[in-house]
Amino acid sequence: MYTSYGMEAIAIGYASALERDDVIAPFHRDMGAFLIRGFTPGEILAQYLGKRTGPSKGKDGNVHMGDLNRGVISFVSHLADNLPVATGIALAFKIRGERRVTFTGTGDGGTSRGDFHEAMNFAAVRKLPVVFFCNNNQYAYSTPQRLQMAIHDVADRAKAYGMPGEIVDGNDVAAVYLASTRAIARARAGEGPTFLEFKTMRMHGHSEHDPAKYVPRELLEEWKKKDPILKAEQLLNQLGYGADAYFHEIGERVKKEVEAGLEFAEQSPLPEGPEVLEGVFAEEAGSY
Amino acid sequence: MTTETVQRQQEVTYLEAISQALDEEMTRDERVFLMGEDIGAYGGAFKITEGFLQKYGEWRVLDTPLAESGFVGAAIGAALMGLRPVVEMQFADFISCAFDQITEVAAKNHYRWGAAVPMVIRAPFGGGVHGGPFHSECPEGWFFHSPGLKIVAPSTPYDAKGLLKAAIRDPNPVLYFEHKFLYRRIKAVLPSEDYIVPIGKADVKRAGNDISVITYSAMVHLALEAAQVLAKEDIDMEVVDLRTLIPLDKETIYGSVRKTSKAILLHEDNKTGGIGAEIAALLAEECFDYLDGPILRIAPPDTPVPFSTPLEEYFHPKTSDIVSAARKLAAY
Ligand SMILES: Cc1ncc(C[n+]2csc(CCOP(=O)(O)OP(=O)(O)O)c2C)c(N)n1
Repeated sequence: MYTSYGMEAIAIGYASALERDDVIAPFHRDMGAFLIRGFTPGEILAQYLGKRTGPSKGKDGNVHMGDLNRGVISFVSHLADNLPVATGIALAFKIRGERRVTFTGTGDGGTSRGDFHEAMNFAAVRKLPVVFFCNNNQYAYSTPQRLQMAIHDVADRAKAYGMPGEIVDGNDVAAVYLASTRAIARARAGEGPTFLEFKTMRMHGHSEHDPAKYVPRELLEEWKKKDPILKAEQLLNQLGYGADAYFHEIGERVKKEVEAGLEFAEQSPLPEGPEVLEGVFAEEAGSY
Repeated sequence: MTTETVQRQQEVTYLEAISQALDEEMTRDERVFLMGEDIGAYGGAFKITEGFLQKYGEWRVLDTPLAESGFVGAAIGAALMGLRPVVEMQFADFISCAFDQITEVAAKNHYRWGAAVPMVIRAPFGGGVHGGPFHSECPEGWFFHSPGLKIVAPSTPYDAKGLLKAAIRDPNPVLYFEHKFLYRRIKAVLPSEDYIVPIGKADVKRAGNDISVITYSAMVHLALEAAQVLAKEDIDMEVVDLRTLIPLDKETIYGSVRKTSKAILLHEDNKTGGIGAEIAALLAEECFDYLDGPILRIAPPDTPVPFSTPLEEYFHPKTSDIVSAARKLAAY
């Protein structure tokens, strides 16, 4: 299970900046994007438990959920595979003359794959309405950034494709939101793709089984102080949008929703064995 | 003008049949668009899309960067939104660069989350044209093993046109293998009205009672030549043209073998793990009681496709290979 501890601001920030009919091809730490697109805790937990009521009906697990009606593309494990796909979605918008935008991204590790580069290049050549991001959390599983690439800022990769690359504080939800808003506006205006590097830190292991002993303690201590949720609360507080009691109340409400979702998921039926045979081929294709 | 000359005027090559199918589908359905390397101003490496750019414009005849994984992925994205991309591989060999997008993304999308991917990948494949190891491959076997893809490989202008139209109208990813050797070598008069050849239906190209040769694409013509030789020896060979590799028309295959009791599986793809191996296994499972002899396979050796003429000639199945296999089987 991939979590987004310490990285919550990214998906929340960019997904909030999009219009309802824009499309997201989220990364595997972007749970916030699913929630903003209306995936309920019940559906999500049913997915994780392999239940028939999950978005993939038990055919896939984890964060691999999608729904074209809600403008969310299901994640493919093969990192960066969805970047060319997102480019093609933007191409469809361009061909049909729609003012819609696609938002997609991958981790620092994922930016090493050819598909990342092929997608960025194609999108830039055709000035497609797509925004790419990298959640630079400094590690790809156990591999630190210095063994992943010979550059300090992933944003530098954008130069090779003739598109702007911007470095953004990934732990500041307002900064993520504002940078995304600018990039989205640029894409919508027909000026082409932008690449956003959200600098952040993965606070848990790669996946929950991983104690991540390879990450220096001091580094985690340093980033703990920059916790994005704390930061957001402070900001809202300063702006007069809420005091501690208000955040506490939200916390309680969310807890209840998740508990209700868990109950729904646990009580939902598992698929029957023979359902494995269903859905290999489509009978029809829609328009989105 | 006699009827004969009128007919001759209307004959089209296998290549022209493909071109016609694309043109007619693009006219019929504005969601259909083309992507690939050098398909625009240049008209494609084999000139299939000559004149298309002028007719349909640069957003429906899209020259792509040299990046097969990137543009196949992009086609998947456009298909998810409801467009009908038709991608051209300059040569089928380069499809390996897009292997991941085809097998992991396109093939699995509908199964995983119910999202249809209505797209076609056209792949000029096959040898006999001195293309060497990187311009002659028959890569269909790689994809034959990936649930979620449909695979077609026509042998005649009629099937080429009808199957391409069916592929474009299909809501699934379809790999369309077109044979380079056939492009300008075979011609036929095609119906003037719109038609499709349904995906999943084999075609008996020559009916016979003694031996079934089950094959597809260019090898169909080799089998038909062999059948003529064998006819003089009173061996009546049936030639089953699969036309579609996935989903296989098992009914037609079994029907033919149950009638003749003898089967030869012929293809241009390497022998080991090829489509012939799968059909041999199916026949052993489903037609064992009807068989009067061993199931034989004729296919190239397990080597890359070589360049030099004597090597390539040795590599490729020949009419004489089919004739001797048939004689051997006839003795049972
Ligand atoms: C092509 C590919 N190779 C290997 C993996 C296995 N894997 C899953 S996540 C991961 C590390 C990802 O690192 P990064 O892209 O930096 O994203 P992060 O998980 O740190 O957010 C690896 C190696 C994979 N999913 N895809």
